[in-house]
Amino acid sequence: MKKTSTPVLPARTAPGDGPLLAVDDLHVEFATRQGVVKAVNGVSYSLNPGETLAVLGESGSGKSVTAQAIMGILDMPPARIPRGEIRFRGTDLLRLPEDQRAQVRGQRISMIFQDALSALNPVFTVGWQISEMFRVHRGMSRRDATKKAIELMDRVRIPAARQRVNDYPHQFSGGMRQRIMIAMAIALDPEVLIADEPTTALDVTVQAQIMELLAELQRESNMGLILITHDLGVVADVADKIAVMYGGRIVENALVHDIYRSPAHPYTKGLLDSIPRVDLKGQELYAIKGMPPNLLDMPQGCAFHPRCPYRQDNCVTDAPPLYEIGPTRGSACHYWREVFDDSRR
Amino acid sequence: MGRYIIRRLIQAIPVLLGATLLIYAIVFALPGDPIAALAGEKRMDPNIVAILRDQYHLNDPFIVQYWYYLTGMFGGDFGKTFAGVPVTDLMAGKFQVTINLAVTALVLEAVIGIGLGLYAALRRGRPADSLILASTLVLISIPTLVTGFVLQLLLGVKLKTAGIDLFPIAGVTEGWRSYLLPGFVLAGVSIAYLTRLTRTSLAETLRADYIRTAVAKGLPRRRVVGRHALRNALIPLVTFLGADLGTLMGGAVITETIFNLPGIGQQLFSSVHLREQSVVVGIVTVLVLVYILANLVVDLLYAVLDPRIRYE
Repeated sequence: MKKTSTPVLPARTAPGDGPLLAVDDLHVEFATRQGVVKAVNGVSYSLNPGETLAVLGESGSGKSVTAQAIMGILDMPPARIPRGEIRFRGTDLLRLPEDQRAQVRGQRISMIFQDALSALNPVFTVGWQISEMFRVHRGMSRRDATKKAIELMDRVRIPAARQRVNDYPHQFSGGMRQRIMIAMAIALDPEVLIADEPTTALDVTVQAQIMELLAELQRESNMGLILITHDLGVVADVADKIAVMYGGRIVENALVHDIYRSPAHPYTKGLLDSIPRVDLKGQELYAIKGMPPNLLDMPQGCAFHPRCPYRQDNCVTDAPPLYEIGPTRGSACHYWREVFDDSRR
Repeated sequence: MGRYIIRRLIQAIPVLLGATLLIYAIVFALPGDPIAALAGEKRMDPNIVAILRDQYHLNDPFIVQYWYYLTGMFGGDFGKTFAGVPVTDLMAGKFQVTINLAVTALVLEAVIGIGLGLYAALRRGRPADSLILASTLVLISIPTLVTGFVLQLLLGVKLKTAGIDLFPIAGVTEGWRSYLLPGFVLAGVSIAYLTRLTRTSLAETLRADYIRTAVAKGLPRRRVVGRHALRNALIPLVTFLGADLGTLMGGAVITETIFNLPGIGQQLFSSVHLREQSVVVGIVTVLVLVYILANLVVDLLYAVLDPRIRYE
């Protein structure tokens, strides 16, 4: 097989076997003044049509960087992808020439961001920004594209869409702005939607509405949804499966119910234990002790070992692989069985 | 919007009054007698001196003199010079030259400054960027006096003797071509500042979240930079250009002298020498007006460029 053959993007309707999107052993690093930051160290996950994958982790765990690598919106340099594959319907996006990659970005895989106010351009109307998708990618006239934009604003349930199409982002509330982001992202019926902490900047009640909207849009179109979050509450309701990230690695992946019932990694267990509970009112809230790892100077062995209550001597020297602990489950802990048994009580 | 403009214009009145009073007082306090200066070394007939002093109200107290001047000014009469020429006529011709010069400088500044700045921002860290940054630093550190004479010698004199007649050496006899070289010299330092400002502004805008969104929308890079980034990056540049128009009009004394352009800079200089109070105050008043109007236009342009800003 000659290595130079350029892969061809499969059609939207391609039946294909295997997952819709598969990240395989992805590594991403950044060249900085202080040295090379290894932000993502061998992440693998997959997504099927109609499925919701929640990627959970704290800031700096590499969850957003993985998403940006999938979208192809990392600034390279300073970012570099030394290893790994991102297969979309079986085609490695990382080996795709830029012109074909551009056909995927925003059209077949799209993304929404955390803070919709700063993620929307302040000097253009929301109608202009939504309809731009149709004008640029579909060559539509300004009038037809605006009509489409109004339809989309209706679809994400923005009241009085026709009157508000010429308003600017700052004239909307936080929840409405996120709806506009969503309208823009689903404009061209993407097969994968990546939502990077879509509700972090919102009120709790509005969070629920946005999550409901995403779930509903997903049901209608059967798109795959990658939900990046650090909010365990959001995850439980909507996700099918969960990947927990720590220090640029996946430390545990499982179906959503399994993980809530009995986490098999000390970090996941720590996260679940630190959720406030009504029956423990008055007691001190549990917190994982220590600080997130410094990506410039990762600990030897398991990245979590300085903070881990289950630590043994070999944790300091040997990095655990992602042990397969069930048909749909993995844990990167040498002592996952103890954690698992403890959490079942 | 209309009410906002009217309010701003009303606010301009105390500024104008203050500025004229200040300048009037400063010229009043200058040593020397303007009437005596009219005759040079010769002694004047005391009767004529008395008549002239009376005619120009020079015997009245300062505040009365100022009052005469003010009432005249609001009637559109800026008074006469001691040689009897109406100040308005005198200013009209001079301002024409200065406006031509300032507008030429402003256009050169906008085109070269923004152009170089954008180019540098898109090539950040590469040799072209470093070259542009270094040359702006050179331009900022050399006084206008030097750039003026050097460019006049190189592009005016040497080029002409080499047979290429591109830039006139001095004077205003060759239409808009006469203003190119002095315009560039006048704008020089501003060009350097604007280049740096543009570079920073665009570079900063390109890091904004909404630019990441535009990229994620799959838009071509041309569109991301040319539409999404540029519209936002332009906003601070408009302020700089607007404020600079006043500086370019008022600060052209050296350039006008080097290139022998009969504008208000030269006029102001000689009028201060001759204690021509009415001319000095007249010119300054008009300059203050230009500043005020330029600032108003900048503020209105702001609202056009940035929809978050609304005036009520």
